[in-house]
Amino acid sequence: MTVVVMYSPDEFGRVALSYGATEAARREERLVVVNPTKGDSYVDSKFAGGDELAKLRAMLERLDVESEVLHDVVPDIAGAVLHAASTTGASLIVVGIRPRTPVGKLLLGSVAQRLILDAECPVLSVKPDGSEDLLT
Amino acid sequence: MDSLNLLLDGFGQALTIQNLFYAVLGVFLGTAVGVLPGIGPAMTLALLLPITYSVGPDSALIMFAGIYYGGMYGGSTTSILLNTPGESSSVVTAIEGNKMAKKGRAAQALATAAIGSFVAGTIGTLLLVLFAPSVAGQVVKLGNPSNFALILLALFAVTAVLGTSRLRGFIALFLGLAIGLVGGQTGQSRLTFGNPLLADGIDIVVVAVAIFAIGEALWVAAHLRRRPLEIIPVGQPWMSREDWGRSWRPWLRGTAFGFPFGALPAGGAEIPTFLSYVTERKLSKHPEEFGKGAIEGVAGPEAANNASAAGTLVPLLAIGLPTTATAAIMLLAIQSYGIETGPQLFKDEPDLVWALLASLFIGNTLLLLLNLPLAPLWAKLLQIPRPYLYAGILFFASLGAYSVSFQPFDLAILLVIGLLGLAMRRFGLPVLPLIIGVILGPKLEEQLTTSLQISSGDISTLWSEPVAVIVYVFIALALTAIVVSGLRKPKPEASLNEKDEVNA
Repeated sequence: MTVVVMYSPDEFGRVALSYGATEAARREERLVVVNPTKGDSYVDSKFAGGDELAKLRAMLERLDVESEVLHDVVPDIAGAVLHAASTTGASLIVVGIRPRTPVGKLLLGSVAQRLILDAECPVLSVKPDGSEDLLT
Repeated sequence: MDSLNLLLDGFGQALTIQNLFYAVLGVFLGTAVGVLPGIGPAMTLALLLPITYSVGPDSALIMFAGIYYGGMYGGSTTSILLNTPGESSSVVTAIEGNKMAKKGRAAQALATAAIGSFVAGTIGTLLLVLFAPSVAGQVVKLGNPSNFALILLALFAVTAVLGTSRLRGFIALFLGLAIGLVGGQTGQSRLTFGNPLLADGIDIVVVAVAIFAIGEALWVAAHLRRRPLEIIPVGQPWMSREDWGRSWRPWLRGTAFGFPFGALPAGGAEIPTFLSYVTERKLSKHPEEFGKGAIEGVAGPEAANNASAAGTLVPLLAIGLPTTATAAIMLLAIQSYGIETGPQLFKDEPDLVWALLASLFIGNTLLLLLNLPLAPLWAKLLQIPRPYLYAGILFFASLGAYSVSFQPFDLAILLVIGLLGLAMRRFGLPVLPLIIGVILGPKLEEQLTTSLQISSGDISTLWSEPVAVIVYVFIALALTAIVVSGLRKPKPEASLNEKDEVNA
């Protein structure tokens, strides 16, 4: 069993990581950090770069739980997280919730919404709340 | 000063509200497409050619010139922040520029690139104003045989001198010449396959849009998902006193390299930017910094590429010979107004030419004002998902090709030549010789038939003028040099990054 964290190198990803690490330690389960990109733009600010990835891996090393990082180019972001959850037998998915404007809601889909609706396990949705930032 | 008065008149015309609006639009668009890798000023101009149906020639050309100069600026932003040159002319900038950015000096690299481009663009445009009219004055006296030789030289130069593989270059050139042959303009139908729709020839606009836009869009679609690149965040570009001190000489030297190379028929910005880089590395007081982010290595090549952009307008306006893809499309735009391009352009259309030249100064200043404060905004453009971008490009490409003659048949031609463009990118054939071949092929033929008509079929008329003889000797010497150097050393292995150079 695992705890799957949907990560991105910003405050939403970091708060998800913080809760995910706590949960993984409490449940004594493996921590799977997923940071996918669609790879269809030249720059994706939600995709961890080399330095950020190194920092993330170093931080995961320090944790007491076993962990792995999935850092891939995929056609579908939510699908990649759900796939990671079903293949690793996740008991929990943690995702950071991003605020959206009314126009944004009209135009854009929501990865978090798809995770919540389609996941076979409980989904913990968290917001930046000043909880411990593991990466700093 | 006759030129000066004409230039002032040009400023008067370029500074109207309407033309200023088009200049601003042009530099904005140009910078945007310059920033995006794969989308260059040539493609943008090809897509925008249909606006020539509804906008006056001065406004359209002012906008196109803005796009041309803007593309040169924009390319440097991507080179520096992303290490991916947005334009073939910014390849050298990426070497030092990206290293500077990694050291946290992105702001200085962007500043020296923008100010250097401004300095070089302004000096280059001044030189253009000084030289182009006198060059045109000389060329207008030449007869058809000399013009024939000059066109031949331009075809030969863009094919043989630029690019890594001459064989590939000549394949592309002959593809272009073959497309240019289609039709029955000579009274005899050639390559029409009995199809009446082909009898008028394939419109060059359709060819340009297909090769640049459709070919590139299909190529990108074939490689849609790629690992995103790491961008270096940047604030407001600025420079310290020391940076200014280290930049101004490379700017001037870069201009000195860029302008003459741009003005030669073998133009293009690749050679002068590279020469400028090598020179700066040799002359630098900080040689140890080269390879680790030396500001001279950004300042020189960036100045060189903008100066060469100004230089390429000399043969374009004074002789009617395009030497870069963007210049080729600008030539098309001028022709689509029914204006005869060539040395008589300065005499026949002084208002248009001088307004265009004046707008280059205005565009250059606008670019500096735009680029210094807006650099972080331009970097944001790179986050646009490619499917959105290329869906738009395909839409405008189809619209543009259809609006040429409102024939659905043109869309079929668009697709076929677009597939050719994809195949050329796949096999590393350069696009430039093809487009120059399509444009200059028919002109070459026209000069040849006119000379032979005048001499009533005597072929020796072709070498009856001194200029023609000199040009032929030059071509022969260059050919011999190529053959000799090819025989002397074994052919080097084709480099892997060749395919990336297709978007020239």
